[in-house]
This record gives sequence, structure tokens and C-alpha cells, in this order.
Amino acid sequence: MKITTPEFKSNAVEALADENLQKAMGHVQVGFIEKRQVAADGLPEFEALRDNARDIKNHTLAHLDLYLEAYSEKVEQSGGHVHWAQTAEDARNTVLEICRKAGAKTVTKGKSMISEEIGINAFLEDNGIAPIETDLGEYIIQLRGEAPSHIIAPAVHVLKEQVEEDFRAEHTHLDVDRNLEEPETLLDEARTVLRQKFIDADVGITGANFLIAETGTSVIVTNEGNGDLTQTLPRVHIVLASIEKITPTLEDVSQIMRVLARSATGQELSVYTTFSTGPRREADVDGPEEYHVILLDNGRTNMIGTEFQEMLRCIRCGACMNHCPVYRAVGGHAYGWVYPGPMGAVLTPSLEGVEKGGNLPNASTFCGRCESVCPMRIPLPKMMRHWREREFERNLNPATQRWGLKIWAWIARHPGLYAFGARIAVRGIATLAGKNGRLASLPLAGGWTKYRDLPAPEGQTFQQQWRVRGGK
Amino acid sequence: MNQPKVGLFVTCLVDLFRPNVGFSAVDLLEHAGCEVFVPPAQTCCGQPAYNSGDRTDTRTIAEQVITAFEKFDFVVAPSGSCAAMLKKHYPELFQDDAEWQERVTAFSDKVFELVSFLTDVMFVQDLDVQFKGSVTYHDSCSGLRELGISHQPRKLLAMGEGVELREMKEPDVCCGFGGTFCVKYSDISNSIVEKKTANIEAANAELLLAGDLGCLMNMAGKLAREGKTTKVRHIAEVLAGRLEAPAIGEAK
Ligand code: SF4
Repeated sequence: MKITTPEFKSNAVEALADENLQKAMGHVQVGFIEKRQVAADGLPEFEALRDNARDIKNHTLAHLDLYLEAYSEKVEQSGGHVHWAQTAEDARNTVLEICRKAGAKTVTKGKSMISEEIGINAFLEDNGIAPIETDLGEYIIQLRGEAPSHIIAPAVHVLKEQVEEDFRAEHTHLDVDRNLEEPETLLDEARTVLRQKFIDADVGITGANFLIAETGTSVIVTNEGNGDLTQTLPRVHIVLASIEKITPTLEDVSQIMRVLARSATGQELSVYTTFSTGPRREADVDGPEEYHVILLDNGRTNMIGTEFQEMLRCIRCGACMNHCPVYRAVGGHAYGWVYPGPMGAVLTPSLEGVEKGGNLPNASTFCGRCESVCPMRIPLPKMMRHWREREFERNLNPATQRWGLKIWAWIARHPGLYAFGARIAVRGIATLAGKNGRLASLPLAGGWTKYRDLPAPEGQTFQQQWRVRGGK
Repeated sequence: MNQPKVGLFVTCLVDLFRPNVGFSAVDLLEHAGCEVFVPPAQTCCGQPAYNSGDRTDTRTIAEQVITAFEKFDFVVAPSGSCAAMLKKHYPELFQDDAEWQERVTAFSDKVFELVSFLTDVMFVQDLDVQFKGSVTYHDSCSGLRELGISHQPRKLLAMGEGVELREMKEPDVCCGFGGTFCVKYSDISNSIVEKKTANIEAANAELLLAGDLGCLMNMAGKLAREGKTTKVRHIAEVLAGRLEAPAIGEAK
């Protein structure tokens, strides 16, 4: 996927001017935030479960190599195959190889952010294989030729009316007078269209929410059941997962699942939770003949042992972006790569380099709402600040900014000089404002006054007045 | 407790733009029985450098603040954001420095934001709040999420018989200020503050209050630009009854 994160600022300006997008983003409030709150309030042990979930993942990350090995052994024992992919390219090639061996023409896909990260759809198409997204949101954006704008609600930026338009344009074989007003009718239509594709597909690709080391099992949670059809109907099932999805035991997974859906959508559990262990056994009524797991690193091991390690606890629930004022203002596409919102602001520079991703950790007010809702208690603002530190150390931020900061910091370290400068500055600005009490514009303050007035200072600093009054 | 000695960390914005908040803080602290000192060797808490990734300068500024304030029983700031910087983030700056560690911990333990200091440390039970009318209160982010300030300001406001609190929708959502964020990403900041001022207007209160001058200037500046009539003040001004000064951004 082409990365446009360096153009974050202009992406954001476009997004802010996009009326449809702005309208669609309004739905995040009722759809996610309120429901999460109700779910969290309804479970007295919710905060304790968050602590527990954090501790489980911390433990796993501290012994990641051991658990990965154990997992891999179990998968092989159950008749599956594990493929280690260091880079996105490795993962793409492995997928292609498996598809070619299976003689695949079409591939159905369950929702997977890793498949976005490695850009598998475009790659398969280039190689003559048709990937078909089966999650409703993913299906919609595939029709639109777009990338997901949210990690669990890929089409959250699209209005219902736009979906109707897209369906009418694509499904020309269906009755033109059909009713597509309700979300349910849209879902039904997608189901009808997809049914045959499920049956025709040679390979099914899914992601994984968890990989269980104890049993070699992959777990997906979905609300539409499309994931189940994707992984049981075709002859070959490929699981695409990044290494940090590993979790020691089934018990651990069930602990973390108690915070996952509640944080994501406010559900107690997703509608479907599906466990897959190896290919179909003789006594099984269904299931794939081949079961492959591709374990992707793509920069994650580099995060281990750094101040960004905690980011690998992320379970991709999306709560941080739902609650982020910046995400809500600009939507997911403006972030310019796979992962938007606060988690993307930490992950993008970690995986794609701070040279490309540096805009994102800077575009935060540090309001901290993301951290306050993150089920895994990931200190997102702190890690964004760490990225700013790395940028600063490497002189990556603009020279004007650096010098402005240096001069300011120097003055701030000299209280006498500071007080003197402050007295002159406030008198000057107060004089400019006159009796108005505020300024509509001020030289060098265009970033502020473009959108708001500047309340004028009283005219004398507090320190000045305090000393005059003989304060201690 | 003997009369506690409180060092007032004025904050750079109050010092420059709104000394009335500083004097209100002094009044409230004295009323609560404190002796107030304002060390001249204070400038800023260092957040602009800290949040720009400049740890070295931040640390130098932090050392200066600690040295100027560590002699007091308490250090109080009329800002959740600056208080959180002193209380929560200073210790992180000295993590690898055994020599400073003890000093910074002793210092940070004494730091409080003004309103929560009055309720949680000085146990202020009654306050003669003169203001009569309706107010709405914005929970500034750092105070709310880093220091847990939420019921304290509402409790103090409720001590005024004539104060009617009209809560806005999403009082706990950021106003879009974010320090240098509001000028570096002014378009996004604008979109965030627009939602805020819409919620403020819908609350239909005469006065918007908050505990952080940065957020207040942002919201006041936007309300003024939009021609909205809600007046804006720091909560300390209302609690102390220092209402002679025009509201933030209002004509003299
Ligand atoms: S960072 Fe936390 S809140 Fe955000 S997606 Fe990951 S687990 Fe969820």
C-alpha cells in the first residue's frame, strides 16, 4: 500500500472539507463511544480485567520466542504448516505460492488488517488471482477501490446512501426497483452476491485475533459469520497473522476476549468466535484440506526492548480511534497508511520509519482519551512523545521550529530576562488590542488567529503586579 | 496543620495574559488558610519543549522549577496541565538520575492543581461564591485524566447558592488546544473547537468555566470569532469573586 502519511496535513485539509465524510464520522459517537461506556459500566470487574489483559500480554512479549516456537510445533502436530515471513514481501510471496499450488483462481477473504499491511489484494490481482472481500465493510470499500478507514469498521467513512449507489452500480443483474434503504437490505444483498463466491473460492484467507500457543489454534471474532465460511468452505485456509497475536493459553484468550468486544463495539462478545486448529480431520464434517499460518514480523521484533514494546499489546479493538478527537475530525484515510488514530500514530513510525510516519505522533493534543479507554492500557500519548523525541534527536523537525524552541527554552531558563521580555510583550499586545479585549489578527500568530480571536493580555504581568503590591 | 506555606506556580499563560486568575488563586489559598509565596524565578513548566521532544531543555527548566519551589510545603498551580507536568512528568525526566530522583519525588508529591488542592488537601467546606447565574464547565484533559479532577470543581461551584450548573454534552472531550498543536495543526484544531463551541452554546449557560487558561483562551477566541455570546472565565475567578475584570477576550 502506498504510504501518504508525509502528506498528512494536506490529507487532513481535504478530509475536513469532505461533507460526506464529516457526516459519516458523526456516527462514531453513538455507534461506538456510548455503547462502550454502557458495556464498561455494566461489568464491575472491567478495570481489573484490563489489568489482567495487560499483564498477560506483557508476560507473552517477555517470552515471545518461546511461545512462538511452542505454537509453531503445535500447528505442525495438528497437520498445519507455519511459514515465517520477515517482511511484507516474504508474506506476499508465500501467499502466492500456496495459491498457485492450489491452482486458485479466486480467493475469499475475511477481514484482516495484516492483509492490508502487506497489500495482498493488489498483488494477487497482478498475478491473475481475484481476491474477494467477504466482510460487508471490506466488500464495500473493495467495490469503491478504497482502503479501510478504521481497523474494525473499514467503511465507517461511507454513508448508507453511498453504499446504495455503489451496489446499484455493481450489481446490475438485480432488480432495479429493489429497496436498498435499510442497512439490513444492503447486508442481505451482499450476502446473496457473496454466497456463490464462497462456494467457488479455492483458497480462503483470514486474519487472526489470537494465536494460542498451548494448542496451535487461531481465533477470529466476527459479527457476520463470513469468516467461518471463508475458512471452512475452500480447500485451503491461509491464516495471516503478525507475531504479537500469540497468546499462551485458551484461558488467557478468554480473559482478553472479555475486554475486546466491550471496548470495540460495546458487545459482551462478538457474534461469532471461531477456533481453528489444523486442517480437517477424518471425523470432521467440514474444514479445509490444507491449513497454513503465515507469521509476519515486518518490523515488530525491532520494537521489542525499546520504548515502543508496549504497543505490541494492542488487540486492534479500535477504541483509541473511536475516542480520538483528531481521528473523528479527519477520518482514517488522512493518516495515509494502514493503521489510523492513536494506535496508528505509534505503529506507523515504528513499522514504516519516523521519516515517513513522523507527522502522526505530532498531530495529537495529548488529550489522553485514547489511553483512558485502551483495554490493554497502552500509554499511547507517552509513546507519541517518544517519537517526537526521536525526531528531535535526529533533527527531523523543521529548522524554524527547532530554532524557535531553542530560543524560547533559552529565555525560559533566564527568569530575569524572561520577566523583562514578558512585560514588553504583554504591554505591546495589550496596546494593539486597545479597548477591544481581543485581536482578530496578530503578526506571527496566524496559526492561532486564522480561526479564532486572540484574547488580549491585561497589560501587566502577574509577577509585575504582585511585586508592586509587595507580595512575597 | 500550621499555616502551610504554598508556592504559587503562576503558569506562563496566567502571568502573561490573565493575572486576575493568579490573584484569584492567591485569594482562595489565603482564604483556605495558606501563606502564599510567588518565587520570581519561575517562567514556564517546560511543556512546549517536552511535547516537542526536547528532553534536554525540559530537564534544565525542570531543575530550575524544583530548585525554586522545593522549600514550600505545597506547590499549587491554577492549571491541570502545568500541575500534571510538575507532578507526573517531572519524575520521568529524572528516571536515570539517582542523585535527582529523591529530590524530584519529594517535590512532585507536594504539587497540586488549585481546585483539587482546595477540596482534597485543605478540605474547604464552605466558600462564599458571589456569582449568581448559570455556568457550564469544561473538563480540561490533563486535569481530568492525569490528575482525576472532575467532581472537585463542581463541588466548589455548588457551594455558591446562586450558581446553576448546566452541563454541556461531552464536557470531557478535548477543546482542540493542545499547546502548540493548535497552531501546528490549526485546521484540525479548528474542527475540534467548533464541535466544542456548539456543545457550549447548546448548554445555554451565561458563563463557560474551566481550570486551564490555554483551553479557555482557545474556546473564548473561537466563541468570539463565531459571534457567540457565552462569556468565558477561569473557575478560580468565579470562586474567588474577582469578577471586576472583563471576561476573557471581552472589551474593557
Ligand atoms: S491501542 Fe488499545 S485501544 Fe487502540 S486498538 Fe490497540 S488495544 Fe484497542
